[in-house]
Amino acid sequence: MSVDATRQDTGQAAAQGDTLIEVRDLVKEFPIKGSYLVRRQLGAVHAVDGVTFDVRRGETFGLVGESGCGKSTTARLLMRLLQPTSGSVRFDGREIANLKANEIKPLRREMQMIFQDPYSSLNPRRTVGTIIGEPFAIHGMHEGKGDRKRAVQELMDTVGLNPEHYNRYPHEFSGGQRQRIGVARALALKPQLIVADEPVSALDVSIQAQVLNLLRDLQRELGLTLIFIAHDLSVVRHMCDRVAVMYLGKIVELAESDQLYSHPRMPYTGALMSAVPVADPELAATKKRQLLAGDVPSPTNPPPACRFHTRCWKAQEICRTEEPQLEPKEGGNIAACHFPLTDAEVAERVPSAHPQESA
Amino acid sequence: MALLEVRDLKVHFKTDDGIVKAVDGVSYTVDRGRALGIVGESGSGKSVSSLTVMGLTRFAGNADISGSILFDGRDLLAASDEDMRELRGNDIAMIFQDPLSSLHPFYRIGDQLVEAIRAHKEDVSKAAARDRAIEMLGLVGIPEPRRRVDAYPHEFSGGMRQRVMIAMALINDPKLLIADEPTTALDVTVQAQILDLIERLQHELDTAIVMITHDLGVVAEVTDDIAVMYAGRVVEYADKETIFVGPEHPYTWGLLRSIPRLDSPRGEELVPIDGRPPSLITRPSGCAFHPRCPFVREAHTRIDPKLEPVAGRTDHDVACLLAPQTRNDLWQHLAAGEAPERARAAVPMGESAE
Repeated sequence: MSVDATRQDTGQAAAQGDTLIEVRDLVKEFPIKGSYLVRRQLGAVHAVDGVTFDVRRGETFGLVGESGCGKSTTARLLMRLLQPTSGSVRFDGREIANLKANEIKPLRREMQMIFQDPYSSLNPRRTVGTIIGEPFAIHGMHEGKGDRKRAVQELMDTVGLNPEHYNRYPHEFSGGQRQRIGVARALALKPQLIVADEPVSALDVSIQAQVLNLLRDLQRELGLTLIFIAHDLSVVRHMCDRVAVMYLGKIVELAESDQLYSHPRMPYTGALMSAVPVADPELAATKKRQLLAGDVPSPTNPPPACRFHTRCWKAQEICRTEEPQLEPKEGGNIAACHFPLTDAEVAERVPSAHPQESA
Repeated sequence: MALLEVRDLKVHFKTDDGIVKAVDGVSYTVDRGRALGIVGESGSGKSVSSLTVMGLTRFAGNADISGSILFDGRDLLAASDEDMRELRGNDIAMIFQDPLSSLHPFYRIGDQLVEAIRAHKEDVSKAAARDRAIEMLGLVGIPEPRRRVDAYPHEFSGGMRQRVMIAMALINDPKLLIADEPTTALDVTVQAQILDLIERLQHELDTAIVMITHDLGVVAEVTDDIAVMYAGRVVEYADKETIFVGPEHPYTWGLLRSIPRLDSPRGEELVPIDGRPPSLITRPSGCAFHPRCPFVREAHTRIDPKLEPVAGRTDHDVACLLAPQTRNDLWQHLAAGEAPERARAAVPMGESAE
């Protein structure tokens, strides 16, 4: 009682620093099994391998990394769409890593997901009204027919869809509008958390900005916590307050967005930023592109010690023998690296190191 | 003389719903050793125009193609199917977006590369072709090419498959390479490797390149000239620096302002282009961009603008009805970060040029 009262009093400031999700040593392994004759386990894909981070209430938290780094698996573990192998996930102070199936359903009111493909994530045989109203049906809310229709039309209005299109089918909408339908469905239960997994990568450039602006406005208006996953680093920088970089199932760097993009410490982060093509011919011509050799190693048998040492241009003997811990580095970034990048190395390679001041 | 000269190309498809004007009067040229970027959204006709250069739309049956495509002085639209087959994969090569579906899953990488050579040069022995395949795999950065030449496509990652596709496209030293969204399916790190490779090949082998993409970052990195396409037509055409520093078409402005950029301050508002790309069956009247243009005037809904040189420039074309001075003033306001409505309020719109 008294705790609640203090929380109310301190208001916005406390809400900002408040932690919504606490992830500790989260692990997910997918077993590789033999054929039906040899049913023994041959190995495992270490998709997420000991991930620890907090997500603050009301922030936009970004997860970036190459395909196969475990960012989508991490999101699905937080949503409890997957059962973690080990580790802990606390949502709003409650442990959810080991909830049983029937305990998960009420949890879904609190967390919703927006998917990548607005074509395959909407049932083509259902009207938009039914699709957006489905969360209400599942959770037994707004049971009256007129009541539900009104609630759905309000949602449609919130995300910028014409409420009169209530009875239309998904194929009558463009890609950007379909993604708005997905957003409306995710908002229906007034969740605290929304996980957006590549929400704009299937959309045309001119439409991308519409959906990004919508997500940002909604987040500010409704005080949502947003976990934003994308492979487009410019989009992540635009959207997120803090960003975690993943490599082969581990978080290798985590920092405030501005700090991460202007002063990355882990050479892998530096290489990612340096690889982003910039829409400025002059900068593109002067910037030194830091190319990474080869491909991401297999997550069934990741390299020992620092997992990035096989592709790192700063790697030395210690990187092959001793695993670096995630710890604070210069500038406040948390990074797992024995030889973090210096400011001079960053300035040479990273386009966001010195963003131009706008007039 | 330009290596590739496309003049007033039109590709119309007859469908049950009406005639789809996928490409509706497109002209561009590419010189040896130069790279042209064709930028546009899905449905702007950028892919269909290049497939037509490759002679791949002529079999569609319902396609109505007109205009001219001069390659090295020959008119490709008049060439026989036999001649086109000879050119394709030999003088003109193409890289597609999806590297998995472009390789045959049953055959070894090496066999597919050897076939690409021997389809055009029957007198090359199998052993010599195999050596050439290994050489090309090495050139595009496949490690241990001597061993990997016997691998199957599924043993390669996405980035490596795309390199194999590039090796296959370049194996007969083409004069022209058409790359249709070659890095869209790839991670940024792999994308950087592939772009670097394409750029190096362009300079070392003097290959002309047509790069089709929706990513303005990609064109800024690798191309020399840029054609911006909208609704089946080129709406702006200039060298790369001009497009990024002094663009003239409101659609180009919209594209530049709607993407978040790593080199601009964070928190800058994105300015989306309202509405959606138009139907290619019932093209909007007048300027096809008018329903989405923040600077539209009444006359623009009636008059169809032609692609014409910007005053005082020979190498910068634009199809826009706004007066040149108005365009200039508007872009000054937009480039300074103002919203389109404010720019419109600040600039006297005057009478439109006709």
